[in-house]
Amino acid sequence: MTAMVKAEGVHKSFGAVEVLKGIDLEVQSGEVFCLIGPSGSGKSTFLRCINHLEKINAGRLYVDGELVGYRQKGDKLYELKDSEVALKRRDIGMVFQRFNLFPHMTAVDNVIEAPVQVKGANRAQAKERAMQLLDRVGLADKAGNYPSQLSGGQQQRVAIARALAMDPKLMLFDEPTSALDPELVGDVLDVMRDLAESGMTMVVVTHEMGFAREVGDSLVFMDGGVVVESGNPRDVLTDPQHERTKAFLSKVL
Amino acid sequence: MTDKLDKSGAGAPPADQPPVAKDSAFSGPPEAIKAIPVRHYGRWVSAVVVLALLALLVQAFANGDIRWQAVSDKLFDSTVVAGAGRTLLISLLSMVLGVVLGVVLAVMRLSKNPVTSSVAWLYIWFFRGTPVYVQLLMWFNLALIFPVLNLGPIYKDEMTDVMTPFMCALLGLGLNEAAYMAEICRAGLLAVDEGQTEAAHALGMSHGKTLRRIVIPQAMRVIVPPTGNEFINMLKTSSLVYAVTYNELLRSTSVIGSQSYAVMEMLFVASIWYLVMTSVFSVFQYYLERYYARGSSRSLPPTVFQKIKMNLSAKGSPRGAV
Repeated sequence: MTAMVKAEGVHKSFGAVEVLKGIDLEVQSGEVFCLIGPSGSGKSTFLRCINHLEKINAGRLYVDGELVGYRQKGDKLYELKDSEVALKRRDIGMVFQRFNLFPHMTAVDNVIEAPVQVKGANRAQAKERAMQLLDRVGLADKAGNYPSQLSGGQQQRVAIARALAMDPKLMLFDEPTSALDPELVGDVLDVMRDLAESGMTMVVVTHEMGFAREVGDSLVFMDGGVVVESGNPRDVLTDPQHERTKAFLSKVL
Repeated sequence: MTDKLDKSGAGAPPADQPPVAKDSAFSGPPEAIKAIPVRHYGRWVSAVVVLALLALLVQAFANGDIRWQAVSDKLFDSTVVAGAGRTLLISLLSMVLGVVLGVVLAVMRLSKNPVTSSVAWLYIWFFRGTPVYVQLLMWFNLALIFPVLNLGPIYKDEMTDVMTPFMCALLGLGLNEAAYMAEICRAGLLAVDEGQTEAAHALGMSHGKTLRRIVIPQAMRVIVPPTGNEFINMLKTSSLVYAVTYNELLRSTSVIGSQSYAVMEMLFVASIWYLVMTSVFSVFQYYLERYYARGSSRSLPPTVFQKIKMNLSAKGSPRGAV
């Protein structure tokens, strides 16, 4: 079985600041992979590298066995064209901290936008599927609402439905509950738990240690642009081996 | 846990403060405040001063050597009406040219290609940095340095034949406007949150689709209202094409004025037409801004008619109720 995501010595710098200093990890197909760590540790940047929203400076990053952002011929790397990058992004869903729903479209229009515009799906069929997805995230009755008329938790669940509408093989979650009121976090986590049970491969950057412990299959603790500790979330969270991990967990747990 | 807190919090005060006082304060509706209002003597003084000055102004105009008859006679003179029509026409066409070219310049300015973005920057720098009057005169006098317009096999003609007053006015106003529209469009495109582009890209949308489907519809909210303002300004700025002998409103009234010695009277006529045109488009502008405010603010400001209706219904209701 090939890994869904495979990183080999991934480096990323913004100008002179090196944010990722050689990340090696593997995300297996069907697993829920949690990335935790203090802010500025590079976990969100790494997530954004996976669908090429950020370009990596060194190392290799593979999704489903294919190089991200490049094509290798012999020992030469060729940058992919924008259209080729876009083609690969179709299979990778992403959920953002700040939802990023399209404010000029209703919830259901947000969900059908990509299938219709990118895949050329039939509008009526896309709408039917969108209604199923909105029902799955518990928002079938809000289909006609604009994002400004929805709570943060509802917006995030629409955003998850929007990503699922492209039938991705991999879902990336960038701190999906960090911008939410505490009482709304549960609804979003429930949807994610449901998604995990259906066998979706998920990479989740999160501060929700409870979610990581219950739902996560693997966990990585990052700090200062490197992987400090990794393993089964229940082991790492209850019995951290590294001093830095212990210090971090003592603050957040 | 909350019970405990409540008890400890409420347990302390009763010792020195009888709970009865608290209850009585809330029994029955509170008495309405009847206080002597502050007297704004300054307001009365300033109102009197302003009214006195206004009266002087009215008196001056009433005693001035003004042939009001000429104003009313010439207001709907066919030459004047035709001039007003040309003002409207040149303003509209220049605006269309400005918007189209402005959008192109804005996209060029934001492009990653350093050549196109610097050329756009240079264009905006020149056309915003020089007065539109100077630009108009340059178009008018172009034949002095380029006697013949030679576009190779496509087109060749005497410059004086190409640069009619109409063309001078159109190019002068339109190209100048394009520089301002470019900045308005650029601001609109930049105002759209970067997360929108990222979300669209993450869904696999191309750059073009992202721009068309996601960014531009949101940028319109920022772009459209100032564009309406620009048009209202254009109606007035178009009077400058007087200089290139295009027969718009100001020129057509001035010609009558110099023939009939009713110079000021004809300027009044022109002013009335300008005021009518700008007022009409200001009303359009109000509704345009209201339309584009949807989504950004939850409750829309009332329209003029709604305001009148509200005032009427408020006056109709019995005073005691209010």
